[in-house]
Amino acid sequence: MDNDRVDQIIDKHNGEASSLIQVLLEIQSEHHWLPKSALERVGERLQVPRTRILHIATFYKAFSLVPKGRHEINVCMGTACHVRGAGRVLDVIEDVIGIKPGETDLELKFSLETVNCLGCCALGPVLEIDGTTHGKMAPGETADVLLNYE
Amino acid sequence: MSEILLEIDGQKVKAKTGMTVLEAAKAAGIRIPTLCYHEKLEPYGGCRLCIVELGAGERKKIVVSCVYLAEEGLVVTTRSEKIDRIRRTIIELYLAHAPDAFELLELAKEYGADRDRFAKEASFCVHCGLCVRYCAEVKKKFAVGFVDRGTRKEISFVPEIAAEECWDCKECFPLCPTEALQAAFVLMRALSL
Repeated sequence: MDNDRVDQIIDKHNGEASSLIQVLLEIQSEHHWLPKSALERVGERLQVPRTRILHIATFYKAFSLVPKGRHEINVCMGTACHVRGAGRVLDVIEDVIGIKPGETDLELKFSLETVNCLGCCALGPVLEIDGTTHGKMAPGETADVLLNYE
Repeated sequence: MSEILLEIDGQKVKAKTGMTVLEAAKAAGIRIPTLCYHEKLEPYGGCRLCIVELGAGERKKIVVSCVYLAEEGLVVTTRSEKIDRIRRTIIELYLAHAPDAFELLELAKEYGADRDRFAKEASFCVHCGLCVRYCAEVKKKFAVGFVDRGTRKEISFVPEIAAEECWDCKECFPLCPTEALQAAFVLMRALSL
């Protein structure tokens, strides 16, 4: 992410230090992670010490300080999904992409995470990719869903 | 600044408005144990050792004296069976993180805390925030801060700032209630990355 884009985001928030989290969230959602250069720029422009930015960026799970894939997969491991076989769905995904939860593949295509409830238990097992919900996943169908993403 | 009158451990104590209960007690020579308090720093309320009881009789409440402002007519008790019990547990929890810290062992002796009550998980840090706050508030260098949260929360130096500022300062080391081991170790790690 280049500094010009970071500057644009900061300008949108009028360079106010109180908008720190909003700025970080926007960088995160556009770039999928927070590169060091962007954090340094944010600190400079918003006049926020680096320690505070790091504290916030490591506190919230929404932020990542390591590169993430273009597509973010969230596999629901909540109680309902769990009893309906979310474990097997996760196994299939791990096999197909070759990564474990919390990891990102080498091509930066997918990042895999488990979550604890997406709030639509009737659709379990549920899988969310880039915000799109895929319900009633059978382990056999899971690989086909992943093929739709480039 | 107007003066207020309160009672601490049966002793009449004068304080100025804006003073915390802890400061009022200190001024009157009444000792309340603390780990995260430092006179140059903003009150933090992190270690919870300075808890005191307010009120008398049936209606007592426990407050953290380092962040509770003194009020006119307040009746404060700094030691009681209940307070000692809570402080003992807090000390025992801290000892799980820093089993050999002198300051903690001394408090443990005073309050009869069992050093081995909780399984050891020595991180040498009790999250008092003294180093972090001193660096930010007094030195204004922001070289050390907290990262992560919950059980994984720890202090961390920013290598670029630490490389320039820390060697000639190190003023945060002696502040550490767990003997500076943690800060020294984390600083070395940050600089060797």
